[in-house]
Amino acid sequence: MPSFPARRLLRSSLIDALVGPHGIDSYLELIRPALTVHDARASVQAVRRQTTRSVTLTLRPNAAFQGFRAGQFVRVGVEIDGVRRTRTYSPACSERAEFLELTVTAHPDGLVSRWLRERLAPGAIVHLSQASGSFALPDPRPERLALISGGSGITPVLSMLRTLCEEGFDGELAFVHYAQTRADWLYRLEVEAVAARHRGIRVAYVATREGDGHASPESLRQLIGDLDGATAMVCGPPSLIDGVSAFWPGGLRSETFTPPSLKLALAGERPTAGTIRFQRSGLTAAIASGSLLEQAEIAGLSPEFGCRMGICHTCTCRKTAGAVRDLRTGEVSDEEDEDIQLCVSVPVGDVALEI
Amino acid sequence: MPTPHPELTTEQIEALGRELDELRNRVVASLGERDAEYIRRVIRAQRGLEVGGRALLEVGWLPPAWLAGVTALSLSKILDNMEIGHNVMHGQYDWMKDPALDSKRFEWDTACPGDQWRHSHNYMHHTHTNVLGLDRDIGYGVLRMSEDQSWRPRDLGNPVYAALLALLFEWGVAVHDLEVERIQAGEISLGDKGDVLRAVWRKGRRQVLKDYLLFPLLAGPGAPFTLTGNLTANVARNLWSFMIIFCGHFPEGTHEFSLEEVEGETRGGWYLRQMLGSANLTGGSLFHLLSGNLSHQIEHHLFPDIPAHRYAEIALEVREICERYRLPYNAGPLRKQFGSVVRKIFKLALPGSGDSGQDAELTAATGLAEPVAAAA
Ligand SMILES: Cc1cc2nc3c(=O)[nH]c(=O)nc-3n(C[C@H](O)[C@H](O)[C@H](O)COP(=O)(O)OP(=O)(O)OC[C@H]3O[C@@H](n4cnc5c(N)ncnc54)[C@H](O)[C@@H]3O)c2cc1C
Ligand code: FES
Repeated sequence: MPSFPARRLLRSSLIDALVGPHGIDSYLELIRPALTVHDARASVQAVRRQTTRSVTLTLRPNAAFQGFRAGQFVRVGVEIDGVRRTRTYSPACSERAEFLELTVTAHPDGLVSRWLRERLAPGAIVHLSQASGSFALPDPRPERLALISGGSGITPVLSMLRTLCEEGFDGELAFVHYAQTRADWLYRLEVEAVAARHRGIRVAYVATREGDGHASPESLRQLIGDLDGATAMVCGPPSLIDGVSAFWPGGLRSETFTPPSLKLALAGERPTAGTIRFQRSGLTAAIASGSLLEQAEIAGLSPEFGCRMGICHTCTCRKTAGAVRDLRTGEVSDEEDEDIQLCVSVPVGDVALEI
Repeated sequence: MPTPHPELTTEQIEALGRELDELRNRVVASLGERDAEYIRRVIRAQRGLEVGGRALLEVGWLPPAWLAGVTALSLSKILDNMEIGHNVMHGQYDWMKDPALDSKRFEWDTACPGDQWRHSHNYMHHTHTNVLGLDRDIGYGVLRMSEDQSWRPRDLGNPVYAALLALLFEWGVAVHDLEVERIQAGEISLGDKGDVLRAVWRKGRRQVLKDYLLFPLLAGPGAPFTLTGNLTANVARNLWSFMIIFCGHFPEGTHEFSLEEVEGETRGGWYLRQMLGSANLTGGSLFHLLSGNLSHQIEHHLFPDIPAHRYAEIALEVREICERYRLPYNAGPLRKQFGSVVRKIFKLALPGSGDSGQDAELTAATGLAEPVAAAA
């Protein structure tokens, strides 16, 4: 890693003028891919498979990465068959840790999560975004706290637990993790070891498919006593969040990893009902016939365009959510945050566009 | 609607369009790691040549270093502009979703701002290829490149303008969007083009600052050598890209189209026009690389957003399709194609059309433009 003064020089406007128009990173990366001074990247230090369905990655971020707050997420980019795929992951380590730790649960037909579990090896480079997200520990810290997670949702709350312990948190804390089976429990030994070292931390691991039952006021009360006045941080599938919110009397913050309903629309692949959200202009429109370019124009927008037949890429625009079909190939694509050509794309279910 | 090619029926043109669409889909479906590795390899080579060339030119007072430096930097600029810049900005690598290869954001090492290029080239030229009055690449607004452009006395200077355009090509391309011919004709004023001028100024200034001030200054007393080295590399790139680009649509046997001919054109008709209006250059793989694969101009015009290193593979099928539909497949070596472009530049300096108009009709009637070259 270049020293601080060297990094300052490399980021200076003189260097920028000399290496324009491509920028210094496009030269540095040829020396070593993570040497970039503007682009946040990380090298994979270790790959560990805790359970049959998950993988835990230890990443060494470069100096361009500005850190995160416990509970936040980063967007991780990897290249699979030539295509950069970007997915969101919440670090599970303490926010003060030197290395980032991600635990990814592989979805049975998930593209990136399976690739990360099966193909990623130490030494590889991944792309990072800066951290963001508002699911974070409240400031000042509450005195009584319940960290509740389901499945892969353990990561942000584990980061909170680890960060609190490092801060010397002296309140009362319950850590409850729900997974379908015992074999899916993540981080059990680590969490119990942390609890053994600190006072006031109680831990419960629950296997919902093996007779332990789901989250209930009674079961949680056993762990943290009176729920009144306790703050809950919940991360997991919508059913867990809905279940806990239904009875939780005090403050509750939550996050879910499950993408919105749009994926359902994919099943049919027909031009479906739904809405198009034009984010920058704040307009929405019901899906009608025609390309997204035409539909945007009908909605009163005037996106840039050229050929209107998919040649010139003038109409390319960022799709932030949802799926579209390419009129030429019939291919449906549902990547988050991808660039599409409006003039040859039709929506498949709800979409959000950055215009 | 008049058929753009007298030999083919509307149904045949549509069938041609479907075949080419199907070919495109097949290639798009097969894009992957191989293509990503290819473009990264070219970028690595270009960056290496650039760093090496610049370093050598810092000690340019040593004649061998100057010569090697100019060669490396010229090659770097040629690769940057042709195989990387031109092709990336066409969206050939957009499917990789790598921000560094994003057609919308890419900038290249030339005076022309990427945004203007995307408009004047990707849209104007590729949509309206060889349509007189719409495709401003026909003569870049300064040259008379078609018999159908009416002769004016100033066209006597055609060869001189062409030589100047070749030497200053990056600047010619940069001000392409100024539409000087319309300014001259009084249709628009220079003031209408304020945005274009400002963008060219911003980009051009950076290029000039880097090549003619900063790098020379870094060389201390050797500054003049660095400066002339950079200048030579820029000019070498200008001449090369002018030559390649003018061989794309102007060699003998390429067709031009009138506005009426393209009215109501279908996708099949558009494909047909691309085939008739473009010409290929034959050569080895290094030549194809340095031409940015514009040597496969026909394939490029059919599929401008398919990674250019695939054109050589597609060419076999395209040629077969041309033969089946009895369409010309205009291909020849650089000296022959460029020779015919130079002849045209001279010929069209004079009033009338010379005899090239007849040539074009002849080719259309016989179906095959250059049977010998096509078989090469
Ligand atoms: C804020 C946030 C933080 C996240 N943090 C983590 C984390 O720490 N660890 C982790 O493992 N994952 C996390 N995710 C989920 C992660 O971003 C990916 O969605 C997940 O890895 C699946 O990607 P994929 O490419 O394998 O699946 P895709 O190929 O995109 O999808 C394949 C199939 O799986 C389904 N699917 C995709 N994602 C989910 C999901 N989350 N739940 C249910 N079904 C899904 C899709 O409907 C589709 O049918 C987080 C998501 C968000 C929004
Ligand atoms: S307008 Fe040309 S690609 Fe969409």
